[in-house]
Amino acid sequence: MASSSSMVKQEESTFETRLFAFQRKFAPYLFIAPFFILFFIFGFFPLLFSMYLSFQSWNPIQGLGAMEFVGFENYLWVFTDPDFYKSLYNTLWIGVVSSTAQHIVAIPLAFILVLRLKQLRHLFTAAYFVPFITSTVAIAIVFNTFFGTQYGVLNQGILAFSNSAPIEFLRASSWGSWLVAWVPEEPIRWLGRAKNIKPALAILVFWKYFGWNTVLYSAGLATIPKEYYDAAEIDGANALQRFRHISLPLLRPVIFFAISLSIIGSMQLFDEPFILAGSNPMGGINNAGMTVAMYLYREGFNYNQMGSAAATSWILFFVIGIMTAIQFAINGREGLDSRG
Amino acid sequence: MQNLSVSKFFLYIGLVILAILTLFPFYLMYVLMTHSATDIFSAPPPLWFGNSLRENYEALLSAIPMWRNLLNSVGLGMVSTFTALVFCSLGGYALAMYDFRYKNVLFGFILSTFLIPPILSLIPFALLVHFFKWFNHPLYLALWVPGMASAFGIFLMRQFFASSMSKELMDAARVDGATEFRTFWSIALPLVRPGLGTLGLLTFIGSWNNFLFPLVAINKRELFTIPLALRSIQGTADTIDWGAVIFGTAFAVTPLLIVFFLASRQIISGLAQGAVKG
Repeated sequence: MASSSSMVKQEESTFETRLFAFQRKFAPYLFIAPFFILFFIFGFFPLLFSMYLSFQSWNPIQGLGAMEFVGFENYLWVFTDPDFYKSLYNTLWIGVVSSTAQHIVAIPLAFILVLRLKQLRHLFTAAYFVPFITSTVAIAIVFNTFFGTQYGVLNQGILAFSNSAPIEFLRASSWGSWLVAWVPEEPIRWLGRAKNIKPALAILVFWKYFGWNTVLYSAGLATIPKEYYDAAEIDGANALQRFRHISLPLLRPVIFFAISLSIIGSMQLFDEPFILAGSNPMGGINNAGMTVAMYLYREGFNYNQMGSAAATSWILFFVIGIMTAIQFAINGREGLDSRG
Repeated sequence: MQNLSVSKFFLYIGLVILAILTLFPFYLMYVLMTHSATDIFSAPPPLWFGNSLRENYEALLSAIPMWRNLLNSVGLGMVSTFTALVFCSLGGYALAMYDFRYKNVLFGFILSTFLIPPILSLIPFALLVHFFKWFNHPLYLALWVPGMASAFGIFLMRQFFASSMSKELMDAARVDGATEFRTFWSIALPLVRPGLGTLGLLTFIGSWNNFLFPLVAINKRELFTIPLALRSIQGTADTIDWGAVIFGTAFAVTPLLIVFFLASRQIISGLAQGAVKG
């Protein structure tokens, strides 16, 4: 009796030990399995399917049976559609203008915040960062009122400046008028004229993302050892020289990285132009604010052309890839080398 | 020395001006939400608070079920946040604390999915939503299930586990007979509370602001999240009071401003960490 019960106990315990060893061995696989399951269903499979779809002609309203293989016709259609090139141009315009401004402001700003401020650094950083975390839809609607032609705050500000005494004085004088030739005398039709829509969007995008870049550069600058600056200061280098000869070169990997993020982000710009420039017509008057993402949305959801929408997304993917590669060729190799 | 403080003075002036320019749109939003449409579009523009707050609130309520939309956004945000915290910390824990076959390959694969632009999956996402019958789903399955175990979240949690949990602690728990999950749940998770806080905040903010994916997954007014509801009244801005529309935007932005005010350090450093080290 006694021996048999101890036998059972031993068997149980070996089973338990084996179970214990089993769960121990497979725990890590089990723990990361959710990512792979979800990625397969919502990431990998959709990519394959959208590749497949880009070679089909399909209006989803007619059901799955209406799918028809058309070879490269969708790609051909997109590549011969003037609206696609317009949207690509718009996207590049907004991206280049607003990103350039963002980085030109963010790099020196981060330098000032990290190296010249002792207190209040976080307070200022947080202030510049607020736009980045707020709802794009809400803020684009608010900007809509700012850009009003007659009563928008922006135009009223510009006109108040334009009608101020010093500007009026310069404008009236024969020698100074060229100095103020750029100051508008009439209200700007920001969203009412095709050529002003992209600048308006670029202003909004700049405002929303320059704080994000400032934070990226601040994080990069914080990793540069303080001794470098101290040594330079002992050698008599002023702040500007320290910025040019220490911060900038050592910041190159971060610059490369931040510009890559700007490229990837701005090529997918959707929310801001969709709300501020509007979706009817897409991107405002003459589609002047229609980005590639909006073109893709219009193909898929307004025109029900899922095939050409899928083709557009793959073209966009390759455009992003090519631009990042060019960026890497110009900036990356040296930038990454200088890291180590 | 004299010179230095003068230059510092101008530096501060510049920083303050830039900060005012950055925050001015928010100030103006709160001012405009208290004005009628005719006041909003007048010269000079209103720069101080008016007294149409109540009218704007009522006009907004008659245009959209605003409180319902708020509840939708809060509910969706909470579910997204909770599920992301569970699955991302599980994944991050596995990658930080275990040595197992193919670990580096799997980790590299997870990181490489960062490179896929989200817009690429928009069309197949919309089709998948219909395939699963998730279009207008009252539980918003389409909006939180796919993102439960995000690469960003796993990566972020991995960093936190690597710096706060130790293998000795895991071994000690094993000796005491705890299963791996038990060790994770009762010992490791409490140690990474700051990480959970950061990831939770970022997930909630992302869910709150998400627009494009809800736009293709929902078209029923009662199910609209706040950004969708705002967009729906903006589309009819000729017939609706702009004061009410601006009231709606303030309604959408204020919770985030409060959250940011309380936890700006955590939010900023979390985002910077995820980006720079990724």
